[in-house]
Amino acid sequence: MPLTVSVVSADHEVWSGEAKQLVAKTMIGEIGILSGHEPVLAILDVGEVRITLEDGNVVKARAEDGFLSVEHDIVTVVARNAELVHTDTAAR
Amino acid sequence: MGAQLRVYRQKIRSAQTTKKITKAMELIAASRIQKAQQRVAASGPYSRAVTRAVSALASYSNVDHALTTEPEKVERAAILIFSSDRGLAGAFNANVLKEAGELAARLHSEGKEVVHYLVGRKAIAYFNFRKRPIEKYWVGGTDNPEVETAHEIGDTLVTRFLQPASEGGVDEIHIVYNRFVSMLTQTPEVVRLLPLEVVEGVEEPGDRTVLPLYEFEPDVDDVLDALLPVYIESRIFNAMLQSAASKHAATQKAMKSASDNADKLIKDYTRLANNARQSEITQQISEIVGGADALASVK
Repeated sequence: MPLTVSVVSADHEVWSGEAKQLVAKTMIGEIGILSGHEPVLAILDVGEVRITLEDGNVVKARAEDGFLSVEHDIVTVVARNAELVHTDTAAR
Repeated sequence: MGAQLRVYRQKIRSAQTTKKITKAMELIAASRIQKAQQRVAASGPYSRAVTRAVSALASYSNVDHALTTEPEKVERAAILIFSSDRGLAGAFNANVLKEAGELAARLHSEGKEVVHYLVGRKAIAYFNFRKRPIEKYWVGGTDNPEVETAHEIGDTLVTRFLQPASEGGVDEIHIVYNRFVSMLTQTPEVVRLLPLEVVEGVEEPGDRTVLPLYEFEPDVDDVLDALLPVYIESRIFNAMLQSAASKHAATQKAMKSASDNADKLIKDYTRLANNARQSEITQQISEIVGGADALASVK
């Protein structure tokens, strides 16, 4: 079952879609989320969030001042300032 | 042309010019409401996510945090008022200032000292005119609020809140803003921002009512420390966006009724002008007839 990921910043939704894996940098190190991860609320450090899509493409987003919440395969990256760094071909 | 007729024509022209201006302002406001509403909608996912996270924290941890604890005695309360930078918006600013005035009076009667924080030029003008002290204010960008401003306001208020009252800190923070209900209705709203009441006055966290048992990283206290200011900020940002949308809606309504009034004036004056012209013609005819009669009777 894929993860449902959304990256939101204070004034708009930056990206949303399904993904296989998500890697983010929290205050105490990198965290990797796969399907079936336990519910987590983590504070993010300034850094990149890497989202690996089902087809293997990678979407990268920069997040600043934010947190990450995971529950029932729904991952929300919330940051005051968030933007996509680089979107590979098929990603929207 | 008779003097009266000239006066009427002048008034018609003046009303027509005014109508052109108010009509243009109405159209501009209408297009801006759309944009402002879209921004309110666009900020939805963020505030929902933040609210949900804070609710999860509040319901699954019994930790006390400075931002959520009720102070034993409230000595000083702060009121943050969201007005607009520009007028011509009907009762928009008057409403919110009146509401804030009532709130201040109530807090005073409870023996609390009240300090004011203002957003928007109109509130500042109001306070300056009455020589009331302003703690701090933010101007510019009320039409199109920025997240950075919300962040700054949030920071200021939280810092002030965390100070003990003896050092000039505040024990309570209220916000007063116009909530956008619909294009026709905007109601002034008073919300107590701090100490936080997460359970009350917040959007429900959605269809799944039972929140999962979260793991916190690094730990509950740190997450709480980081989240609560973000939550406050998102509340402030939301108030700013609502206020902006309300302002545009109020402007549109005010300008529409101004255009309608101009229409009515033009109609009334046209009638009067027609009347004046007709009576002028009648008078001229009777003068000619009278003159012809006089000439005929001389012969």
